[in-house]
Amino acid sequence: MTNVLVFFDRLDEELSGAQRELLSLAGRIGAVHVVTGADPQVVPQPLSVKGIHDIYTGTGLIEPPDAALADLLETALAESHADVVLGADTPDAVDALARLAVRAETGLITSATDISPDLVVTKQVLAGAYTTTSQVTGEGPLIVTLKPNSVESVVVPGHPQEVTSLPVGPSQQTEVLASEQLPSTGRPPLTEARVVVAAGRGIDGDLSLIEELADELGAAIGASRAATDAGWIDHSAQVGQTGVTVSPQLYISVGISGAIQQKAGMQTSGTIVAINKDEDAPVFEIADFGVVGDLNEVLPQMIEEIRRRRS
Amino acid sequence: MSRPVHIITLVKWVPDAQLERRFTEQRRLDRSEGILGELDEHPIEAALQLRESLPERSVRVSALTVGPAGASTALKKALQLGADEAFHLADDALAGADIFATSAAAAAAVQKIFETAEFDADEPAEQLILTGMSSEDGESGAVPAQLAERLGVPALTQATELSLTTGHLVVARISGDVQQRLDVRLPAVVSVTDQANDPRYPNFKAIMAAKKKPVTTWALTDLGVAASAVTSRVEVLTAAARPPRTSGQIITDEGDAGAKIVDYLVKERLL
Repeated sequence: MTNVLVFFDRLDEELSGAQRELLSLAGRIGAVHVVTGADPQVVPQPLSVKGIHDIYTGTGLIEPPDAALADLLETALAESHADVVLGADTPDAVDALARLAVRAETGLITSATDISPDLVVTKQVLAGAYTTTSQVTGEGPLIVTLKPNSVESVVVPGHPQEVTSLPVGPSQQTEVLASEQLPSTGRPPLTEARVVVAAGRGIDGDLSLIEELADELGAAIGASRAATDAGWIDHSAQVGQTGVTVSPQLYISVGISGAIQQKAGMQTSGTIVAINKDEDAPVFEIADFGVVGDLNEVLPQMIEEIRRRRS
Repeated sequence: MSRPVHIITLVKWVPDAQLERRFTEQRRLDRSEGILGELDEHPIEAALQLRESLPERSVRVSALTVGPAGASTALKKALQLGADEAFHLADDALAGADIFATSAAAAAAVQKIFETAEFDADEPAEQLILTGMSSEDGESGAVPAQLAERLGVPALTQATELSLTTGHLVVARISGDVQQRLDVRLPAVVSVTDQANDPRYPNFKAIMAAKKKPVTTWALTDLGVAASAVTSRVEVLTAAARPPRTSGQIITDEGDAGAKIVDYLVKERLL
């Protein structure tokens, strides 16, 4: 039996979509064990799902970027005899798992989209231009981070379980001077969203239609570099080579020309819909459905039509 | 006299993302041509800004690359941008190195640079390693944390702001949905995002000055590292070019395109 240790670098009241995918993939591969640096008191509630054998925490809260998370992972790895350690594709998870890989003298594969039963990992590389399969060599466990929107989520609710507190506490290496919750947009996280509405230079600073469409679709808002550089949208929303890479089911590109820099961040999306007034915009070369037209006319009609069909 | 500061910036020579990138028959990235990774200009800029913020202290900026012969062009650019000296670890045993092997090689080189550096000061230099947020080819972002693990120091990744006072580095970064402000004692490894600064352009004077700056080239044996200590732990089994996306249905708006998009989304079961 393959043992899979799932690492949650954070845990809120409810599991995120990406976290459900981690549990689903782990369950498909073998017996699921979970480890998290979250407060042991708050852990049982979100992890009340079927199919988890063990839940490990530290003696108390251990927060990223504390390297003690690697101590916790190392201890949980020994406890669970895991053959695979699986985490989210976030910088905090990558940091802790990267340290674990050094300690376990094994390989780390980031941004995977699948793991086969014989532990071969599939991922997209070079901004989606290539698909590779790879595996770890040697005796150590396979350590992987999973790209969101990669596997089907099958998580069945269950009863709260007992939590095993491992003898690992936070280190004092880093002093936290301030820790502030970022304002919530009420929209899903960009990298995890099933639908992304992305805005570019064409919106000319007016986000109202983009926000209206995003809210109608339950979508996250993305942006081209031109739109973030202009200060219309926060830099964290930038999709592209130097920004965020997204792979939603549906990507709606509005007023974005679609230069290579932007394409690199979204070309593995399921379906791409593009609206641009320039018929020569490169985005049309990769769009499944494209409209050459004025976004200020197309979007209001689109929003109205969605509402009409739903009512 | 205050302690000197020694900053090592890791830079990588990567295939230009604006051009077609491909794998060789050995399932390795074709590295016959390349540039200094755009994301690696940010740690250099961060180092230069730290130096400018500490006019009363001696601050040395060393650029380090691990890569094939051509990677010297990335170092040249780093020197033009303002690094004081450059180090190039090149060894055939490192071809196709994964995260594990790259961080092992980089850690050995970092240790050698720090150990052999001489400063005209009574106290040892404070040590900081700066990297980009990720390479533009491997894109893992995992090397900084592995490097920190091997050096036994803290790693603060994805920094958007940093400032240095004696012995302390203050870093701003985002952790999930939390904005953190952290204080860490040096030595430390810090990766900076492309939002941390706007890299400068080298002027003619800087380009000329760069030619006189020292570049040291090492093989693994120069660092006392056996090739077996830098073996990759990940084996690539297959690398297949994905079929390029093709254009679907493109229409020109005749007053009904908004409704037609919705028709399409319904047909594709996306609504």
